[in-house]
Amino acid sequence: MPTVEQPRELLQRFSRGEVDAFEELFRLHQGEVYRWILRIVRDPAIAEDLTVETFWRIHRSHARFDSARSFEAWARRIASNAALDYLRSRPRETELPDDLPQAPQPDPGIAQELRQKTAQAFGRLPPKLQIAATLALIEEQPYKEIAEALGISTGAVKLRVFRALRLLRKNLQRQGVEP
Amino acid sequence: MTTDDERMERLLKQSLLPTSTQPGATLQRDLWPVMLERLDEASVALPWFDWALLAAVVVWLAIFPRAIPVLLYHL
Repeated sequence: MPTVEQPRELLQRFSRGEVDAFEELFRLHQGEVYRWILRIVRDPAIAEDLTVETFWRIHRSHARFDSARSFEAWARRIASNAALDYLRSRPRETELPDDLPQAPQPDPGIAQELRQKTAQAFGRLPPKLQIAATLALIEEQPYKEIAEALGISTGAVKLRVFRALRLLRKNLQRQGVEP
Repeated sequence: MTTDDERMERLLKQSLLPTSTQPGATLQRDLWPVMLERLDEASVALPWFDWALLAAVVVWLAIFPRAIPVLLYHL
């Protein structure tokens, strides 16, 4: 997420609960928060809902915000938690859609059916592993940024990604698919 | 990371594309009006504790109706 400089005064006004300052921060950051959430949930409509939910949580917690810290990092952390709550609550059957867009030039060695089964099996991974693997491998976000957003160490992110890959392979093998 | 893990990673990248390459990658509309609605709803809604307190007062007045004038006096 690119850093947007905010005047310290704006952040102080926000932490005092001024709605004007909140609106200004909302307008400055809604796009970035939306994109971050979209990377996790992969559905524009749900990402919009969760963007509003994230800012609602931000608004409620304004008094806890330290205006000396980065608003972006704080917002990204709250957005990640909102997305994680969503992934935990959604029904398992309605995970990733079957008609996911594929790579423009897919590897001819990898069959369409295998890609679909992989995407579906990925959607059934535990949300914490899924988020780490999505952000690190598919979205190629820096590990440091992912770690900050999830509130864990860089090493823990790498471990989650590793566990996600292992579990994904195991799940595919259980379905009779040899990746 | 073993060769198996690397193959799994490649397969995953082939199966799911980065969202930046898909439609809806950027926010298509201003969400502030939706946010405002949410803020308005919240300002009208009473927290559960207030409802519990109100229910307790109603029950108390039903059991001790003579307390009604006392309550009104203190309001």
